[in-house]
Amino acid sequence: MNGLIGRVSPQTLRLIALFLALLATILFFSTQIEGYLSARMFNRISTSAAVVLPIAVGQAIVIMTRNIDLSVGSILGVVAYMTGQALGAMPEMHPVFAVLLAMGIGALAGAINGLIIAWGRVPSIIVTLGTLALFRSFLVEYSNATTITTASLPAWLVDLPQANLFSIGALDVRVTVVLAVAACLVVGVALSRLRAARKFLAVGSNPDAAKMAGIDAPRVVFVAFVLAGALAGLSGFIFLAKFGNITVVAGLGFELKSIAAVVVGGVSIMGGSGTILGVVMGTALVDTIDNSLTRWELVSEFWRDALLGMLIMVAVTVDTLAARQLARLRRKDGGAE
Amino acid sequence: MMGWLRSWEGGLLVVFLATLVLNVSFAPEFLTVQNQVNLFQLSVEKIIVALVMTLIIINAEIDLSVASVMGLAAVVFAYLLNQGWGGGSAALLCLCVGLLAGLINAALVAKVGIPSLVVTLAMMICFRGFSRVIVQDTSLGNFPDWVTDLGQKGLIGPLPLSLVIFFVLLVLLGVLLHRTGFGRKVVVIGTNAEVARFSGVDVAQVKIILFVMSAVISAAAGVLYAARLGSVRGDSALGFELDIITMVLLGGVSIFGGKGSMAGVFLAILIILNLRNGMALLNITGHVQTGVIGTLLILSVLLPNIVGDLRARRARA
Repeated sequence: MNGLIGRVSPQTLRLIALFLALLATILFFSTQIEGYLSARMFNRISTSAAVVLPIAVGQAIVIMTRNIDLSVGSILGVVAYMTGQALGAMPEMHPVFAVLLAMGIGALAGAINGLIIAWGRVPSIIVTLGTLALFRSFLVEYSNATTITTASLPAWLVDLPQANLFSIGALDVRVTVVLAVAACLVVGVALSRLRAARKFLAVGSNPDAAKMAGIDAPRVVFVAFVLAGALAGLSGFIFLAKFGNITVVAGLGFELKSIAAVVVGGVSIMGGSGTILGVVMGTALVDTIDNSLTRWELVSEFWRDALLGMLIMVAVTVDTLAARQLARLRRKDGGAE
Repeated sequence: MMGWLRSWEGGLLVVFLATLVLNVSFAPEFLTVQNQVNLFQLSVEKIIVALVMTLIIINAEIDLSVASVMGLAAVVFAYLLNQGWGGGSAALLCLCVGLLAGLINAALVAKVGIPSLVVTLAMMICFRGFSRVIVQDTSLGNFPDWVTDLGQKGLIGPLPLSLVIFFVLLVLLGVLLHRTGFGRKVVVIGTNAEVARFSGVDVAQVKIILFVMSAVISAAAGVLYAARLGSVRGDSALGFELDIITMVLLGGVSIFGGKGSMAGVFLAILIILNLRNGMALLNITGHVQTGVIGTLLILSVLLPNIVGDLRARRARA
């Protein structure tokens, strides 16, 4: 047994544990909720997770560099509003261009964060705490207390959340879900295969060593925040498509949702480690529990947040204790050889 | 004296005096005692918690769960009053709720060794959830008159109970931080926890005391909040943690720990309260006020960095 644990990397073990937790959650709720294992439930959960997924992946990149982005929820709100407004004014805009516009606005906001953090040398928690308020107040001023309504949006966007790209058996896979998963795939493959993308992890695990290895750390951090902004923009676009009505409070609290998904997904808050596959499973787990609790008759829906908080705490505690135990086992193995 | 003026606190004092002059020129009645008391009272619960947050951040930790503990204590207090409990025993039980919350945070941070950012983020969601479980989507009010009186009316002269508590805590925590061995330990751990441990400081014990203190004071602030408003909901005190942390950081406390003073935080509190009041006089909405304070927070760290860079460049040239 020890030998087996010794051979599998901790990161892989974490992914297996996350997968088992997700499986156990689904099995548990399938015994509790009638008609749980249905195409409708899959749709409900997958489309709701699709909104959080890009923003969580962006947050993961930032956290890997040993930073944090508290402003992504506000960026989402700004992007959803401005993109909605642009589409209302120019309904003939090509869908691809609309997505690019959303990601562009997000990237611009992220660049403001990145500039101050990387070259102004202001801690990210301070900068993004400030821009969390700043971007939101910009939205309030900019929107002048008006809201974007579904009626003002072009038909293709309103129909987008119901649009299927393809079906696996009875399971319909929505376009928005594919969009979100595609973004994860690109980032995930880049992080594990591309030399340039590995720099995020290098800077996060040891900034001094990264600098000595010739990595331009400020530039890497800047790029991480631009990517987080662009991905928050993508979430903003999916949010706009899913809800249609955008007020000034759109995306409020998404910074916490994204951090929760990232942390449950096994990305170290101290930077330098984590996988995108973990973030995907973390997001899926948190969202599955969130969506299932609202349908669970045994507990009132008001228990949602309390249980969610406890779940995150349990996940992180188990992870920390298991990692420590694993390190101890390894040391013993190493001593015996 | 000149050195102090050039320090962070000196800079804050100049900014504070500037906002004061601006406010007085816009509204001459600004400097009346009643307006100053009102000014403080509008955010008194936040500034009480900011005092203990100062110690936590100087210790190189963070407590994001404070606003949820405030909300939970406020909700429990209102619930117990509605169940016919006396105000005193209800408040006492709320402090126990705070104690329990603090012990959970403390155990996970100091004993299990999970970063406080993660622990208190999860507990922030969790404690907020418990408030929602208790009040659901209704609100609780109908407190006895003496409770709302205590929350709103002057206790010592024009000072209400909450403000008295603020000033007492300001002195107590200021002395604790700057004049006692415990305060030294808080700073030393914040500077370098590893060195502190090797020097024989019981790091875990200090952290446990801080997190318990933070939650108990937050719970007390929550009770005061309920008493002042006269009614609570599941989202009472939502988002207060950001305002509180902004006050502390603007006060010159380093987010990396080890540096900061109670005087600086007090001045930052004065600046933020006066700035908000001044902006309200100019009909600037709450969201934009928050945006201005967010900008101020970033500039407060960015400007010294830029000035430092320019000086270094000139020295080299």
